[in-house]
Amino acid sequence: MAEPVLSVKDFTVEFWVDGVWYPAAVDMNFDVEAGKVTAIVGESGSGKSTTAMGLMSLLATNARMQGSVKIKGEEMIGAPASLLRKFRGKEVAYIFQEPMTALNPVYTIGFQIVETLRNHFDTSPKEARLRAIELLTMVEIPDPEKSFEKYPHQLSGGQRQRAMIAQALACDPALLVADEPTTALDVTVQAEILDLMRGLKTRLNSAILLITHAMGVVADMADDILVMKDGKVVESGSADAIFNRPQHPYTQELLAAVPKLGHSAKRTLTFQTLTKPAPVLTLEDVTIEYPKRGRIPAFTAVKNFNLEIYPGEIVGLVGESGSGKTTVGRAAIGLIPIKSGKLTIAGNDISHATQKELSAIRRHTGIVFQDPASSLNPRLPIGESIGEPIFLAGLAKDKELDHLVEDLLDQVELPRSYRNRYPHELSGGQRQRVGIARALALTPDLLIADEPTSALDVSVQARFLELFQGLQEKLNFACLFISHDLAVVDILSHRVAVMQDGLLVEEGDRDAILKNPQKEYTRRLIEAVPVPDPAEQAIRRAARLATKK
Amino acid sequence: MAIFKRKEVELATTDASENAIANKETEGLSQRQIVFRRFVGHRAAMISVFVLAFLTLFVYSALDFKLGPWKIHGWWKYRIEDIPELRTKDCPGGNIGCPTLSLRPKFLGGAGFGLGEHPFGQDDIGRDYFALVMKGAQRSIMVMFVVGIVGGVLGTVIGAISGFFRGTIDAVLMRFTDFIITIPSIIIGSVIGFHFGNLGATFLAFYLGLFSWTGLSRLVRGEFLKLRELEFVDAARVAGASNRRIIFKHILPNAVGVIIVSVTLLMSGAILLETALSYIGFGVVAPDVSLGLLISQYQDSFTSRPYLFWYPGFFIIAIALSVNFIGDGLRDAFDPRQRRRLSLRDRRVGQIQATKAKNKGGE
Repeated sequence: MAEPVLSVKDFTVEFWVDGVWYPAAVDMNFDVEAGKVTAIVGESGSGKSTTAMGLMSLLATNARMQGSVKIKGEEMIGAPASLLRKFRGKEVAYIFQEPMTALNPVYTIGFQIVETLRNHFDTSPKEARLRAIELLTMVEIPDPEKSFEKYPHQLSGGQRQRAMIAQALACDPALLVADEPTTALDVTVQAEILDLMRGLKTRLNSAILLITHAMGVVADMADDILVMKDGKVVESGSADAIFNRPQHPYTQELLAAVPKLGHSAKRTLTFQTLTKPAPVLTLEDVTIEYPKRGRIPAFTAVKNFNLEIYPGEIVGLVGESGSGKTTVGRAAIGLIPIKSGKLTIAGNDISHATQKELSAIRRHTGIVFQDPASSLNPRLPIGESIGEPIFLAGLAKDKELDHLVEDLLDQVELPRSYRNRYPHELSGGQRQRVGIARALALTPDLLIADEPTSALDVSVQARFLELFQGLQEKLNFACLFISHDLAVVDILSHRVAVMQDGLLVEEGDRDAILKNPQKEYTRRLIEAVPVPDPAEQAIRRAARLATKK
Repeated sequence: MAIFKRKEVELATTDASENAIANKETEGLSQRQIVFRRFVGHRAAMISVFVLAFLTLFVYSALDFKLGPWKIHGWWKYRIEDIPELRTKDCPGGNIGCPTLSLRPKFLGGAGFGLGEHPFGQDDIGRDYFALVMKGAQRSIMVMFVVGIVGGVLGTVIGAISGFFRGTIDAVLMRFTDFIITIPSIIIGSVIGFHFGNLGATFLAFYLGLFSWTGLSRLVRGEFLKLRELEFVDAARVAGASNRRIIFKHILPNAVGVIIVSVTLLMSGAILLETALSYIGFGVVAPDVSLGLLISQYQDSFTSRPYLFWYPGFFIIAIALSVNFIGDGLRDAFDPRQRRRLSLRDRRVGQIQATKAKNKGGE
């Protein structure tokens, strides 16, 4: 057996916070061999990224590392800065999660690749330029000659990630560390990037350390897996062993929490399809436009959109980022005015409503936002945030209001004592539950849920979905559930609507859409979703590549 | 009840595991407590708070002070109106009215600790200079607070309105702000001083405040532009909150850091502005007293009687510096990106703790 590219022994990282050392990663032991992918999985805060950054001493100054990290036999812990600098970029390259912030916005991508090359090799600018274009061709960026001169903001998210991979590969690194490389990308783009990385791995024979929380991505890529929890590796082994014979309860729990497409029972509606009640939300031929601002022309985000939601029904709205999902959701509760068409909520036409008319429909609607960190006022105790809609509607005050808030907290399974806490004292999942409690405060007829789970870890997401489903069955509100995650939509919704570039692609019963899609776009979306099962994923991948050709 | 309790415990334990290391630093603390703790840890700012509090008390209690219907007698024997006899003897270099304050102990050949009759000396006509400086310092502190309050309220309201509503209102208010900014403050101050100086220092401070809100309003506007896009503002709107409620209840408390910091810095600027105006003769006018006025009146005596220059100067520096330090401390405390750096000593202490813990574990 050849010597591993990366060998980590008893590696411990600790952070100094307020006079105490807090361990972030404890006693890590693993090897990564050339041509293999080792994945570190775990939830946020488990120490995955810290480990990855610690390998090349890229951590903040309040961190300290112990143990041994050997790259190609050279010790990296306590190595002089000059050696580390020599290794960074050349032997070890990083791909980060957010390509917009990881690339420098004031330089062209070509310049940034050339810079990496010339830092490590004695080449003329001309040679470096040729090599850069070669790299851009290798990562399949369209028109590499022209793209060389482009700035990061001129490229799409997927192209930016490709450019970053090109930069990372510039010096043929022995080890590629990919820290959540596809988390910020749409599923279809994610599938392409994963294909690219797999191809490059075999072509360049480099070792890849993949850090991710998405089990589907792991199933698609990894040869070996380390499962981390609270800074410790709880289980490690081959992909096959981890996915099919998980030993540690945490691994089992983690795998069980991952929603699987097409594995959930059909949800029945409370009303008969023949005698449909009046819809709660009707969008008829709705067009939404962001007005012209200065020299930026007006932008039509949603065109001729039709959708009806009936009482007690959850409609999933899916599509890639930029398809106008969120815009529809915001318009549906009157946060954004519509340009043309007709928008009715619970029998009130709010197509061109005034402030006063809008305040009337506020009692019938609620919204759960995507980011639990910014959707709660950091200066208000959560009890006040939850009670605000009731207070403003003039329904209750003081003692009575407190009582209602406590009931709402019970409903979302949070302790009553949390009423006096501030948002930052709560975890992401708890905050999102507070968001639901607030949205349900006025027992709305219509709830808009705008990607409520995308900021949550899988296990937290599983609990959240369970709670959400239970509440919906009990309170029977209609819901527009916006998400890019098809598996989540699959679990929750009765009907599914698919959007692309502001247009409704298709809409219908959940099973009709997800099991038997009629439109090419829907099919592509479904095919691109990675399944958390290595064997099945391999079959799906082959099928997808076949249809692509 | 028991069932409910058990559930609560269960929830609490599972939720605790959701919290990451990053939360450890802020666990169980409200933002106010965090800011307070950081501020208390800022040494220069804490010293400044005590210095300023002491100076304020010292300066205001020295002379007679009217508070509503009560009249509080000052502890100092002279008033600024008193004209005691001018001391002409026992002064070095044949000077008149030299200070009697002595800090050199007897065994070093001095007169021993003591205030004497006129610790800061006397002016040309024999008025007690200590009383004059106290009065001047009172003026400075008063100007500081009045300018801070007037400028702070104006700047916050104008910035909040223009940042929140944007569009035409924003354009009009910001062009107005630009217009005010283009006029140098010293010129505005001179014109104000020229016209209103004789109305008294309070009026002067009030008018200075009317022109010193510009920087603050721009900062507040920027903060509002940022905060109004956050989802909790949309959430409040969906809950049915009015614009007024959103501005004052939801956004303003989140911008309070910026406001407090820049008002403090505005206040320290105000002291210097008042001093400068009085020095060039457009601020406080005689018979009223201010520190700047004292300095300007006796600038000719700098070589022969420098103490006439030093004592008021010392008070200007002490007040302006402590307010500035407090502002700095507040800015550091409110800025979440400001983490205390890990010093070498801390690192060593941590190392020792770690080895100790390890040894204990080994036994």
